[in-house]
Order: sequence, then structure tokens, then C-alpha cells
Amino acid sequence: MSDRLQKWDSRLLVTRALAVLGVLLLLVAPLYLEEFWLRLGFTACGAAIGALGLNILTGAAGQLSLAHAFFLAVGAVTYSWLAGDPDPAIGPTGLGWPPVVAMAMAIVVTAAVGLLVSPISSRLSGLYLGIASLALVFIGQHLLATLSGITGGFQGRSAPTFSVFGFEFSNQSELLVLGVPFGRYERLWYLGLLLLAVSAWAGRNLLKSRHGRAFRMIRDKELAAAVSGISVRRGKQNAFVVSSALAGLSGALFAIAIGSIAPVSFSLDVSIQYLVMIVIGGMGTVTGSILGAAVVTALPILTQRYGGVFPLVGDVVSPAAAARYLYGGALIAVLMLQPRGLAAVAGLVRRRAPSNSASEARPIAGGRAPVDPPTDTDALERKAPIT
Amino acid sequence: MIKFLSLLLAGLSLGSMYALVAMGFVIIYKASGVANFAHGSLLLIGATFVAFTHDTLGFGPAVLVALLGTAASAFLLQFLFIRPMRTASPIPTTIVTIGMDILLLVLLTGLLGEGLHELGQPWAGDTVVIGDVGITVNRLIGLIVAALLIVGFLVLFKRSAWGISMRAAAEDPEAAALVGLRLGRVTATTWIIAGVLACVAAIFLTGAPTPGLSPALWTVALVAFPAAIIGGLTSVHGALVGGLVIGVAESLATGYQQQLLFLGRGFGIVVPFVVLLVVLLVRPEGLFSARGGRRV
Repeated sequence: MSDRLQKWDSRLLVTRALAVLGVLLLLVAPLYLEEFWLRLGFTACGAAIGALGLNILTGAAGQLSLAHAFFLAVGAVTYSWLAGDPDPAIGPTGLGWPPVVAMAMAIVVTAAVGLLVSPISSRLSGLYLGIASLALVFIGQHLLATLSGITGGFQGRSAPTFSVFGFEFSNQSELLVLGVPFGRYERLWYLGLLLLAVSAWAGRNLLKSRHGRAFRMIRDKELAAAVSGISVRRGKQNAFVVSSALAGLSGALFAIAIGSIAPVSFSLDVSIQYLVMIVIGGMGTVTGSILGAAVVTALPILTQRYGGVFPLVGDVVSPAAAARYLYGGALIAVLMLQPRGLAAVAGLVRRRAPSNSASEARPIAGGRAPVDPPTDTDALERKAPIT
Repeated sequence: MIKFLSLLLAGLSLGSMYALVAMGFVIIYKASGVANFAHGSLLLIGATFVAFTHDTLGFGPAVLVALLGTAASAFLLQFLFIRPMRTASPIPTTIVTIGMDILLLVLLTGLLGEGLHELGQPWAGDTVVIGDVGITVNRLIGLIVAALLIVGFLVLFKRSAWGISMRAAAEDPEAAALVGLRLGRVTATTWIIAGVLACVAAIFLTGAPTPGLSPALWTVALVAFPAAIIGGLTSVHGALVGGLVIGVAESLATGYQQQLLFLGRGFGIVVPFVVLLVVLLVRPEGLFSARGGRRV
């Protein structure tokens, strides 16, 4: 017994050492990486926060949602409008609030919108919600185009740069760290990492808590969850609000990363991309959300930059199309071959460490659940899958 | 009044197309337990077949090729991607259909490129006037064909061996398998029928007053999804009614755009989804769901 404990301990030590090394590498990265990579990193961090939100809703609570782009839009618009210049040379006016407050409000407002639609969303089961949530994306597109005083209409509006207590995340002020000039993207890199770390920590705790267990129970069997005292409707509502709040933050970060927002940035396609992230990464896990977001964010940008290296890309298939083929194919392949996603691949080492085995959310919805023998509850619940 | 009547007629015609799409969507849901998000691509496949073959074959044979092609594509999609997932739960399988859709859409968009494609309907942009109410010939023929198809389909669904097996299997797969129904074959047939319905809808949806085929046709299919949901997702009749409701609502909202300007320009496109939300708020289980209230 003591032998095994020792073995586990050494494994744990290796994992911890690797983690510390990874964090250190991330922290010093801006000293060495060029702007392109830092920008990509910040965008990926923002996307990872959004993916985490969707993963809590879809991966953990089993509620398929295609409305994520809508909530991202709410966050991005709220931030841009509240922090926007009250008297700009061109474009719609803003309220000139401090960006930090605007970002916090982006989270609050988006969560509130999530709560507002929950009378509809929390009454629907997974698949039903998936189709119904399309409505939000289309209505959102219409609102983005129509409420031009706030959103800037079809052309969109610029998003103000971020600042905390006078410290600007821009190239305005000079800042040298170890002889390396720290401009906009060097600074944003740390902002992204910090917010992602906080979100990931909160997400992980949530998934470990009784709320997280309630989500998974609702996902696996609503009736059983209700019987064991979980309020199914309340649980779905909670998942929806948390997911919206994270989407709001992610939307604000997106606005900061791009520097402007427009309706096209929040189309149905974006919802689908977020779904691809959590499936490729791994449903119901924090690690999966981050890995998936990194892959899906980087793919089109990397095929754009390095696509010429591969045959066909450029002449036969455009780089953007190549990225779509890749992630569309990956989506199907993951679901058919390794339903637990990249997180499972990454988790092969870590799963043996005892402290982590309980923390991984078990993604049954993403897995091939064995066919249960028919029971009475089955007969009540069946959605007639006879394929 | 005349404007209202012509908008109503145009709406019914549009709605009958949505109904064809929504019915296909519903029978796939009943048979495979998935929401087929690749349905928009099925429409595109159908229209693309006609667009690329009508020059050499003529319109009639081109339609035949398209019907066969779409049916074959639907069957292949089911066989390659959905059948292997039959032991998985519905959500992963539904996400697989989204994956199929991503791949098909990027393929077809690449194939179609920019600009519009003619489908070569022999009636082109002609219009007829019935009483005082005008409608394009394309929409009128579409309405008639759809009505015939829907009646035929409902009879098939009620009386044919496929329809009876399909309903039995949707009711209780185990019992259906035990009495000797070949579920795999029933499901495959279902997908083929859905493909054919989608192809017919696509041919009329790309005709006048729509200028031609572009990847935007894919979005039209998305509008048919609310139709299926309004009807209750498990009800074929519900899909029919849902399609008509959505078609008429969209047509009226587009026609009376001037009066509805306070809701913003282009509100017509959003109408199906607004109707959807209203219906869901009042009756979350849809209008025609057999299992009222069970959809917690």
C-alpha cells in the first residue's frame, strides 16, 4: 500500500512540476513572442472563457445551446457601449464609464439576459433547446442591426481599450520590462491569463460542488434528478445564467481583442464554433474548454499564415475553408472515436493521480452511454431513437 | 384587401415549402432521435444537382437526377455518420449532424462560389392573376406540388408498411424490433424520404420571386426548424401546420414592412423565430405534441 502511495506521489510531483513549468513559460512568454502570437493567445483566452460557459451548460448540464453567439454579443455590446467615448469623432456615442466597471457590467447584464430567457430555456429539454436557441441568434442579429444607437448597426462600432486605475492596455504609454517594450498585446496577454485562471478556478469549483453534481444528474436523467430532490428547472436556470455570465465576459474580451464589434462577429457560425470547441476539447471539463478554444481559435489563423506549406491549401481550398474542413472533420471524428475529447487524451497521465480522479466531470453526455435495460422511467422518457 | 389576399397566398405557398422541410426534419427526429442540423445542406444538395445538370439534361431529367442524388446523399449521411452513433445519446448524435453540416456547407459553398445559379425552371419568372390576386407561377406550382406531396406523404405515413413500421418503431423500438421490424431499414427509408422532400422544397424555394440558388438557401432551412418545433417536433401534422403558420407570418410581416418599421428593417426574417418564442412561452411542448407536458 505504501509503495503505491509513493508511486502516486512521485507521479503527482511530476504533474505538479510540469504545471508550474507551464505557468512559468506562459508568464515569461511576452518577453520572447512576437505580437502575432500574443494576440492569438489573448483571443484564445477570451474564447476559452466563453467555451467554459458553454461547456457548463451543454457539457455538464446537457442543455444543447446554439445561442452562445447571442450572449457573446450582449457582453461585447454592453462593454463597448458603457465604456465607449461619450463624444466620438465618428460612430455612435458611449457612456464613458471606466472600462473595468463596463466589463463587470457586461457580465452582470449578460447574466441578467440569460435569466430573462430562462422561463423558456429552463422548460425545454436538451435537443428542443438546441433548436429553440437558434431564435436568439437570429433575433440578436436583428437587434444588432436595428439598435444602431448602441450597437452601431451593420457597420458596428469601435470598442474602447481596456484600462485599470489609469493603467492603459494600449501602446499609449511607454513601458519597458527587462528591456522589452510592453505594448498593447504584451499587457493584454496577462489580462487574458488572469481572467482565464480566475474563470477556470471558479468553473472547476462549480463543477465539483453540489450544483455541478446537480447539473450532471439533470443531464443524465431528469426524472431521477427530480426524484432525488433536485429542482430540475432551477438547475437548468442556474446553468444557463452561469453560462451567460461567462459568455458576457468572453464577449467583452473579444471586443477588446478586435477593437471593434459588428453583427457578423456574432452569427450562428460563431455559436457552432463554440460547440466545436467544447466537443473537440472534451464535454463537461474545464481543461477541455481551454484546449478546444485554443485549437479552434488558432486553426483558421494558422492555416491563413502557414497554409501555403501544405499542398492544395491556397489554390484548391482557401485557408478559411481548410480550417473548416479540419474542425468539421475533427468534430465528427471526436464524437465517433473519442467522445471525451482532447481533455481525455491530456488526462491520460493525470487521471492516475488520486487527487484529480474525482474532480474530472464525467462526460456521459459526450460518451457512448450503454443502452439501459428498459425501465418504467425509460418508457416515460423515451425520445424514440431506433436508428 | 387584395394586398392581404395575395400576401396570404404567397405565405401559404412559402409555408407549404417550409412544411415539406419541417416534415422531413420531424420524421428524421422520430426515426433517429436526432435534430438533423444538416437539413439545410440537404436542400443545397438538391438545388445544386439541378443547377449543374439542367443545362445538359434539360429541367425535367435534371430534377429526376436531383431527387435521386439528394435521396442517395441523405441515405449515405445516415449510413456513414448516424448509424454508427445509434447507441450514443441524442445530443452527441445531433452534434454529429452539425459536423456533417459544416463539411457539406463548406464543400457546397466552394462548389457554388459567388453569385447566383439558375435552376432553369421552364416557368421562369411568369406570374398569374387569379381574381385580383397575383402570384408567381413558380410559387403556385410549388403550392400545388407541395399539397399533392403532403397528401401523398400523409397517406403513406398512415397506410404504407413503411409508415406503420415507422410509427411503431417511434412508439417503442424494442417491441417493434421484437415483432420483426427491420429498424435499420425503416430509418434509412425515413432519411431517403426526408431527402426527397427537401429537394422538392429547394427547387421551388430557389425559383421566382427568389432570383436563384446561392448558399443563402441554407438559411431558409433554418427557418423551417421553428416550424417543426411549433408543431411539437414529434408530430407530422404539427410540422405541416407549423410550416404554414410560419410561412404566412413571414409573408405578412415582409409585405406590411412599412407599417412595421418601428420593429426595424428586415423584420420579416426574424418573424418565424418570434412566433417560435411566443409559442414556446405559452406551450413549451409545442402545439401538437402527443405527450403534452412530458417535455419537462
